[in-house]
Amino acid sequence: MPAKIPFKTFALSSMVLAMGAASGAMASNGFSDDVVRIGVLTDMSGIYTDLSGEAAVEAVRMAVEDFGGEVGGVPIDVIYGDHRNRADTGASRAREWYDSDGVDMINDLSNSGVALAVAAVAEERQRHAIVNSSSNIGLTNDYCSPYVTHYTYDAHSLAHGTGKSIVEDGGDTWFFLTVDFAFGIGLEEQVSEVVREAGGQVVGAARHPLDTTDFSSYALQAQASGAEIIGIASTGADAINAINALAEFGVTPGQRPAALLLWYDDIVSLGLETAQGLMLTNAFYWDANDETREFSERFYERTGRMPNMAHAGNYSSTMHYLNAVEAAGTDDPDAVSEQMRELEINDFFASGGYIRPNGRMVHDQYLWEVKSPDESEYDYDFLRLLTTIPGEEAFQPLENSTCHLLDNDQ
Amino acid sequence: MDIFGVPIQALMGQLMLGIVNGSFYAVLSLGLAIIFGVLKIVNFAHGAFFMLGAFTAFLLAQHLGANYWTTLLVAPLAVALFGMLFEWLFLRRLYGLDPIYGLLLTFSLVLVLEGGFRVAFGSSGQPFATPEALRGTLNLGFMILPMYRGFVIVAALLVCLVTWFVIERTSLGANLRAATERAELTQAFGINVPRLVTLTYGVGVGLAAFAGVLAAPIFHVNPSMGSSLVIIIFAVVVIGGLGSIMGAIVTGLGLGVVEGFTRVFYSEFSSTIVFLVMVLVLLLRPAGLFGREEG
Repeated sequence: MPAKIPFKTFALSSMVLAMGAASGAMASNGFSDDVVRIGVLTDMSGIYTDLSGEAAVEAVRMAVEDFGGEVGGVPIDVIYGDHRNRADTGASRAREWYDSDGVDMINDLSNSGVALAVAAVAEERQRHAIVNSSSNIGLTNDYCSPYVTHYTYDAHSLAHGTGKSIVEDGGDTWFFLTVDFAFGIGLEEQVSEVVREAGGQVVGAARHPLDTTDFSSYALQAQASGAEIIGIASTGADAINAINALAEFGVTPGQRPAALLLWYDDIVSLGLETAQGLMLTNAFYWDANDETREFSERFYERTGRMPNMAHAGNYSSTMHYLNAVEAAGTDDPDAVSEQMRELEINDFFASGGYIRPNGRMVHDQYLWEVKSPDESEYDYDFLRLLTTIPGEEAFQPLENSTCHLLDNDQ
Repeated sequence: MDIFGVPIQALMGQLMLGIVNGSFYAVLSLGLAIIFGVLKIVNFAHGAFFMLGAFTAFLLAQHLGANYWTTLLVAPLAVALFGMLFEWLFLRRLYGLDPIYGLLLTFSLVLVLEGGFRVAFGSSGQPFATPEALRGTLNLGFMILPMYRGFVIVAALLVCLVTWFVIERTSLGANLRAATERAELTQAFGINVPRLVTLTYGVGVGLAAFAGVLAAPIFHVNPSMGSSLVIIIFAVVVIGGLGSIMGAIVTGLGLGVVEGFTRVFYSEFSSTIVFLVMVLVLLLRPAGLFGREEG
């Protein structure tokens, strides 16, 4: 005979259950939708897939796992999407994520055009965006916002890394091969400024569309310019094709190419034979020290590739965001923003890193030189450290920023 | 001496490069024109076959240690076989239907191939060495021309002329042209038209792959190398006149040169100029420069 559940027991159990539910809601109090959701908006199918793409998603996932999978008692969820290198696609995806999918923070954001568009959406919707893979300094100037963080590097750090050291080395007439959108033009402007400040001269520039395969006629124009330095203001496949074309046409004596944004992956693709001797400013190199090696080896096991600076930045910035959420005890964007600017960043990626009021994460940058095939002793042994550029020097002085959050009269 | 402020030497250099690029356009648009002429299929996968040619050569060299000359022969044949298989298995079912079906099918093949290669090899591409014998440069007086680029012009033009000759001057070509005009009547003469059609598709695809192998040492082998070209190739075929063999060759070379000059005077416009020419040609001669008006 089935035992009859006494009414009192039933009522008590219901109360306990109800209290449990209530306490659950209380634990998640301050967390929208009872979840902290991170969206990785990246290039999954185009020219920048290698430098961000799936590996960027994996880096964010690693950070979430290392953090423990939950923060303040609510789970952390990672979703991702493809912006297809189109600003409008990126912006509408960001809007959809913030408005209906409960995304609290968007990370990666390769392609400057996309990053600027998403930054505008983030400010409007008052949600977080962290830019790791693109460089346009508009993000911490005219497009700055309390919710947008520019984390890994920017055009200013590239110009003051590679650009400046080449000018100091005596290369003072420049011709640019520039990819014709926000990234390339922004980078060209920054480097031109450095060149002129150092007393050098910019003799011309040729602009080419994104994803150009044939650089031969640009190589000829660059040769005809008579400039000492041919500044390549593009990256990924564009930069690779440009470097190849310059090598193929045998740059005239006294001329040399300077790749202004080379990624670790570009060197893999170029091969040391062609890439040797090129200089690059990168915020991270897998083989820099024990900490970077530890992270990189774990990353390699998951993705089959060594991380570049954006991948490392994706990991570090996700960690920093989660630390800020934990410290704030809520995912409320304003409270998190305050904590992000409050907390210092100390990990394998940055030491003593901090975020300025305009959203710029300040940390050291490094100037590397690509080793020759003979110097490379083991797999992925590609770079030699030339110099460390302190964060304060690498990034734009705060007083020059046109960010509306600052009191600068510009 | 300057022309509009540009030294004549620089212009000559650009003319030369225009011819090199034009050679690629010519081989690619030739294949596209043949396929359209015979199959009436808008082969959107043409760029993907170009990429497939380059990757096949890369894989042959990488894994089997094949030298460049072997890959130049084997890769187009292998890709042509793949193309024929694709025609036999899929494309064949769409003849006589609205051309949009063929376009959609071939476009989906592009997505599958490019996506697959991107997953396998990444988007930055793979290096492909210039053959030993063709390294170095030629001093033409007005420019330094890498020897390999010179070779590209010769090889491409040779292939174009042979193709043109086979189609216009041999009995095989005559059958082919007959099958294009009146398929049923040709069949009635005992000619196996479906086989001829498969073969034609194979030749068209093989030409694309041949151009891909030629391009590999210049452009770096990467999954999207064909998609940036294919739109231009379509424009070339439209400008030359749909289905016109000579039209495709001459227009390909011509547009390469026009594009080269544009890069000197207003580089930003270089990716648009071909389409401007296309609009003008379509307005003035809707059948294309070498096409015949159909009554």
